[in-house]
Amino acid sequence: MIYFDNSATTQILPGVLDTYNKVSQQIWGNPSSLHNFGEQAFNLLEQSRKQIADLLHVHADEIYFTSGGTEGDNWVIKGTAIEKREYGKHLITTSVEHAAVRNSMEQLKRLGYEITYLPVDDQGRISVADLKAAIRPDTTLVSIMAVNNEIGTIQPIKEAAELLKGYPKIHFHIDAVQGLGKGIQDLIFNDRVDFVAFSGHKFHAPRGTGFIYGRRGRRIAPLMNGGGQEKNQRSGTENLPGIAAMAKAIRLVLDKEPAAISEECQIKQLIIDHIAQFDKVVIFSKNDATFAPHILCFAIKGVRGETIVHAFEKYHIYISTTSACSSKDHDEAGTLNAMKVPENIATSAVRISLGDQNTLDEAKEFIKVFDQLYEEFDKLS
Amino acid sequence: MHYTEIMVRYGELSTKGKNRQDFIRQLGRNVRAVLHQFPAVKVHAQRDRLHVSLNGEDDKRVIKALQGVFGIETLYPSIRVEKDMATIKKTALEMATEQYHDGDTFKINTRRQDKHFEYHTNQINNMLGDYVLEGVPGITVDVKHPDIAIRVEIRMNGAFLSSETIHGAGGLPVGTGGRATMMLSGGIDSPVATYLAMKRGVKIDMIHFYSPPYTSEQALNKAKQLTSVLAQYSGNIQFIQVPFTEIQETIKEKVPEGYLMTIQRRMMLRIAAQITESRHCGGVFTGEALGQVASQTLESMRAINDVTTMPVLRPLVSMDKTEIIKISKDIATYDLSILPYEDCCTIFTPPAPKTRPNLERSRQFEGYIDVEGLMKKAIDHIQITDIKPGEDFLNQDVDAFAELL
Repeated sequence: MIYFDNSATTQILPGVLDTYNKVSQQIWGNPSSLHNFGEQAFNLLEQSRKQIADLLHVHADEIYFTSGGTEGDNWVIKGTAIEKREYGKHLITTSVEHAAVRNSMEQLKRLGYEITYLPVDDQGRISVADLKAAIRPDTTLVSIMAVNNEIGTIQPIKEAAELLKGYPKIHFHIDAVQGLGKGIQDLIFNDRVDFVAFSGHKFHAPRGTGFIYGRRGRRIAPLMNGGGQEKNQRSGTENLPGIAAMAKAIRLVLDKEPAAISEECQIKQLIIDHIAQFDKVVIFSKNDATFAPHILCFAIKGVRGETIVHAFEKYHIYISTTSACSSKDHDEAGTLNAMKVPENIATSAVRISLGDQNTLDEAKEFIKVFDQLYEEFDKLS
Repeated sequence: MHYTEIMVRYGELSTKGKNRQDFIRQLGRNVRAVLHQFPAVKVHAQRDRLHVSLNGEDDKRVIKALQGVFGIETLYPSIRVEKDMATIKKTALEMATEQYHDGDTFKINTRRQDKHFEYHTNQINNMLGDYVLEGVPGITVDVKHPDIAIRVEIRMNGAFLSSETIHGAGGLPVGTGGRATMMLSGGIDSPVATYLAMKRGVKIDMIHFYSPPYTSEQALNKAKQLTSVLAQYSGNIQFIQVPFTEIQETIKEKVPEGYLMTIQRRMMLRIAAQITESRHCGGVFTGEALGQVASQTLESMRAINDVTTMPVLRPLVSMDKTEIIKISKDIATYDLSILPYEDCCTIFTPPAPKTRPNLERSRQFEGYIDVEGLMKKAIDHIQITDIKPGEDFLNQDVDAFAELL
C-alpha cells in the first residue's frame, strides 16, 4: 500500500500507541483526584503539557488540550465572539479556510455577527492589503490558516502579524492543523499570534486529541463548561492516554522534521517533474518555501477527481480529492473555486499529501501507475 | 553574535577592606559551583573582577546561571579577538550593527593595558568611531549618554570587546555572612525571606515542621521542591524535617483554644533555636511580616520570641504582601508556593486566635505540656536531606514518564 493521504489523517506510530496503551492501563487515575494515584495522573498531564510547550518554545500555561482541530477552531472563534461581543461583532477570515473555521463563522453570522472573507490570488494566497482594508474598529478576530489543506499554500502569516501589531486588541488566530512538523513553527509562533489550533491525528497521534495555544493574557470564553479542567477554560475529564501519546508524537515528529521535509520535497519534485510533461495535467502546488512541502494538488483535465482517486485505489495507492472532510459532499474544491479555477478543472483536481514515512521508491511506483492510468484516461476523453 | 568571555564586576564586596580576599575567594567558589554543569568553562577570580572564559560553552545559559549568583553587580559578555586593528574594527562594527535601532547614538570606550600596542587609546577610539560611523547608516556619536557603548580593552592576551551590560543579583557571596537556619513552611513568604537572607551572604539550613497524617507527603515534597529552587542561589541546602504531629496533638488537647497558635509557635521556635545552636548557626530566619496574620502582631511576636535569646531575623518584617509576591515571582517560587497542600500552620488554626496574646498567660499555658520531653522526642527524630539545586521532588515520576513521553 502507498498512503499519500496524510493530510486526511496519519497512521499512529507504534511508540505512540504504546504510550496510549500503557497510560490507559497503568495511569488511569483522574488527574483531579486528591489521592496520589490521581496526583500521578496529574503529574503526567502537566509533564505532557510542558513537553509540548518546550518543543514549541512557548509557556506550559499557554497550552490547552482539546479533542482536535475542529474543536480548537470552534473554540477560538466562538470563544472570541462571546468574550468580546461588547467590543464588536466583526470577524475576518479567508475564503479558503477549512470547514471548521468557515462553518463556525457561518453560525456566528446567523447569530448577527458580520464576517469578512478575504479573497485569494491564483495561488490561494490572501493579500495583506486586503486584510488591512477589511479591519474595522469593531473587528475582534482575524483567523487565518497557516497551510491550506487542499493545495498547500502557506499564507503570509508574518506580514499579517506585522500588520496586526498596529491593532493590538484584535485576536489573531491561526489554524495550524496542517502546519506541524513542516518547518514553519517560527512563522506560526510569531510575536503577534494569540491563538493556534492543532490536531493530534495529523501527526501520528491518536484521534480525538489536539490542543490550542493561547497567549498569556488573552481570554476567550469557554465552550465546555463543567468541572473546571484546563484552568476552567475547557472542562471535561482529561484524555490522559491521548494527551501523553500526543506529547510523544510531537517529540518524534519534530526529531525527524528536517529529514522528513527534505524527503518530502524530493518526492514532490520527482512527481511534479514527471506529471508536468503531460498536456492534460494542471499543477496547483509549488515546491518552494511558499508552499508546505507535503501537499501536491493537480488536475487531469476531463477526468473527475473521484475517478482518479478510485483508479489509483485499484493499485493500493491512496490519494484524495481536494479535502477528505468535504470530499463526500459536492462542495468540492473550495480553495480552487476561490482561486477562480474554472469549474471543469476544479472538479478534476486531486491531492497527494505526503508523510514522513513515504519514500522515493513509492514515488517511482506512483509514477509508473500514473503513466498507465493517464494512457487509459487519454483514450476515454 | 557569540561571546567568548564574560567579565564579572563585583558588587559592594569591593568596599570590604581586609575581608576582600575571603569574599573574592568565596565568590570564585560559588561561581565555579554554579558553572559546574559547563565543563569547558574556566573561572579566574582576580582582584578587581572575575573572568569567565567560555571555551565554546553556550553563552546565554552561562549568563543565566551567573545572574543567580549573589555578589555579582554586572556582567559584560565580551568577545576576545586578535590584537589586530582590522579584526578589532570588524568586530566593533558587528556589535554596533547588531544593537543598532533607528536613531541610536554610540561611543567607543577604549582602555589600553598593553602599552606596547601600536596605537594609543585616543587613536583607537577615533579609528573605531570612524569605522562604525561609516558602517552603520544613521548612527551618531554621543559620548555623554550613548545608547550603545562599545568597550574595547587591549590586554596582554588579546583584545576584548563588549557592549551589553547585564545586571547581576547584587548582594554578597553566599557563605561570607555566616550560617543560619530558616523556618520554611511552604507558603509565599518564607522562600522570599530565605532568598533575602542568602542575598546578604548567609548560608541557610532549612527547618520544616511536618505533621503526618494531617499534612500530606505532597506538602513535605513541596517544601523540598522550594528548597531545591532556592538552592540555585546558594548551592546545596541541608533540609531538616521535624516531626510535629505529637506536639500539635498535645497542644490541641491541653491548651485553651485562643492560645493554640501562640503555644505552637513557641514550641516551633524552641525547637528551631535548639537545632540552630547545635549546628553552630548564628540565628533563625522567619518569613514573618508585621500585621499579616494573627501570629504576626508585635504582641504575638513578643510572646513567641520569649522562648529564646537566639537572634530571630525577619527580612520581610515591613514589606507589603504585594512586594513579597513580586519577589517570589521573580525568584520562581510563587507557582510552587500556591500549590494547595495543607501545611502545619494552617491545619490546627483555631477559629479565633488571639491577636494580642498575653506573655504571662502564654508562659502559664505552655506549662500544661511537657515541653522538654516533647522537644527531645521531636529533635531525636529529625531527618536531614541534602538538597541539590534543581532537584525534583514534586514529580518523582519524571524518569518513569520520560519513557512514556
